[in-house]
Amino acid sequence: MHVHFLDAYRPRPSVVHALDPRVKLVLALAFILAVALTPIAAWPAYLLLAALGFSAVLLSELGVGFVLKRSALALPFVLAALPVLVTARGAALWSIALPGWTLVISDAGMQRFLSILLKSWLSVQMAVVLAASTPFPHLLLAMRAIGIPRLIVATFGLMWRYLFVLVDEALRLLRARAARSGDPASAAGRKRAGGSVAWRARVVGGMAGNLLVRSFDRGERIYAAMAARGYDGEVRTFPLPPIPAGQRLILAAGVVLLMLLVGVGYLS
Amino acid sequence: MSQNSVWAVRVERVFFSYGDGQPALDDVSLAIRPGEKVALVGPNGAGKSTLMLHLNGILRPARGAIYIGGVAVEEKTLGRVRAKVGLVFQDPDDQLFSPTVFDDVAFGPIYQGLAEGEVRARVARALADVHMEAYAGRISHHLSVGEKKRIAIATVLAMEPELLVLDEPTAGLDPRARRGLINLLRTLPQTMLIATHDLRMVAELLPRTIVMDRGRIVADRPTAEVLADRGLLEAHGLEL
Repeated sequence: MHVHFLDAYRPRPSVVHALDPRVKLVLALAFILAVALTPIAAWPAYLLLAALGFSAVLLSELGVGFVLKRSALALPFVLAALPVLVTARGAALWSIALPGWTLVISDAGMQRFLSILLKSWLSVQMAVVLAASTPFPHLLLAMRAIGIPRLIVATFGLMWRYLFVLVDEALRLLRARAARSGDPASAAGRKRAGGSVAWRARVVGGMAGNLLVRSFDRGERIYAAMAARGYDGEVRTFPLPPIPAGQRLILAAGVVLLMLLVGVGYLS
Repeated sequence: MSQNSVWAVRVERVFFSYGDGQPALDDVSLAIRPGEKVALVGPNGAGKSTLMLHLNGILRPARGAIYIGGVAVEEKTLGRVRAKVGLVFQDPDDQLFSPTVFDDVAFGPIYQGLAEGEVRARVARALADVHMEAYAGRISHHLSVGEKKRIAIATVLAMEPELLVLDEPTAGLDPRARRGLINLLRTLPQTMLIATHDLRMVAELLPRTIVMDRGRIVADRPTAEVLADRGLLEAHGLEL
């Protein structure tokens, strides 16, 4: 059994894909930082940032639909921002009467909520473009280049490598459970298939424990395989090639543009 | 030292236990000449993998001594010994731990302290040896089991070892991938020790067979003799 869905990378012959991963990572982080720094309800600045984001989406040739669908996955997390609707002070827009309590949605609250919604959506969009246009090994190189400690980058690499293996193992366990959760004909109509909720919970708990033990064993075997090839606790890699001059220019231009957009946000 | 250097591998009266009271290796001695191709067979739990992990010092014997190409396996020689012994694990997912095939094959040479140019040359050579030149940029997870096994062999070939130690190289392969792997092993010139249940491969590829059971070596003879000895095969749960 085999999973591919975790792999976010979508190969396309686009200029965004061709960009140096270090340039892409820094620009994407700068974009997200710029979006975060832009003040609440700076609509013109949001519009410009959104235009920039959509340009990246279009240039990446990933397809607007694909990026929108992926970025929609982040929307449930925006629910956490719902309380600002009623906690911010301002002129009342609506009031909701609950028994013994009235919730007042203020205009300031609404502005803040819409800003947070828009900001998180724009940020996630850029992250989707970054992840879908850059193979993960290149992202790891870029993380190393911007000074994330090698040991942490190596840990990300191992996590990414073995997440797939772990999910494959989990799928095999689920399939094995499904194969043995038959519903005997004699029991038809008497009991629901698969047993009680408590019984199911016990099975799932057992599977989680099983996965943990398997992962632990695998960790030991991987360490043995690393040691067999000379690993001594030090993470060693090739030096990175220099970033071409043209890409440096793109990087500088992008960062300056984003700073200007944040400025627009404060002026408007 | 001088008498040990004519042997690719020399294991002298090795004892080892995982600490559960059962001896995993019980007075094991063997010697392999340079260029020899040797099979290590026996039921599960016989101590085959344990013995293999001793050959490059991942496990250390409670008693006894091990020499690889004349070098004693001890704390201060681990680096040298590991460069001499290419150990290929049974599950290629354990062996291929890097993000890409290139990174995995380059891992050993990088840790040998080679310069970048030499590492790249070694990777290219190792991938060519296993006929996987086009796979350098691939991601290990997306390969088939047969492809992973070949890459796993390339990861140790890149270290240019004197001795190849393989754990169940044909396990889990379909007939075509198995055939391809056997043909590949036939072309490799290194001294070889292969733990396996695949006695048909042993008959075809490895002139000498060591039979282990319950931590002991119970036979060490030419493969043809071992395979002809029905009583021996039956006594140790082996089947042709």
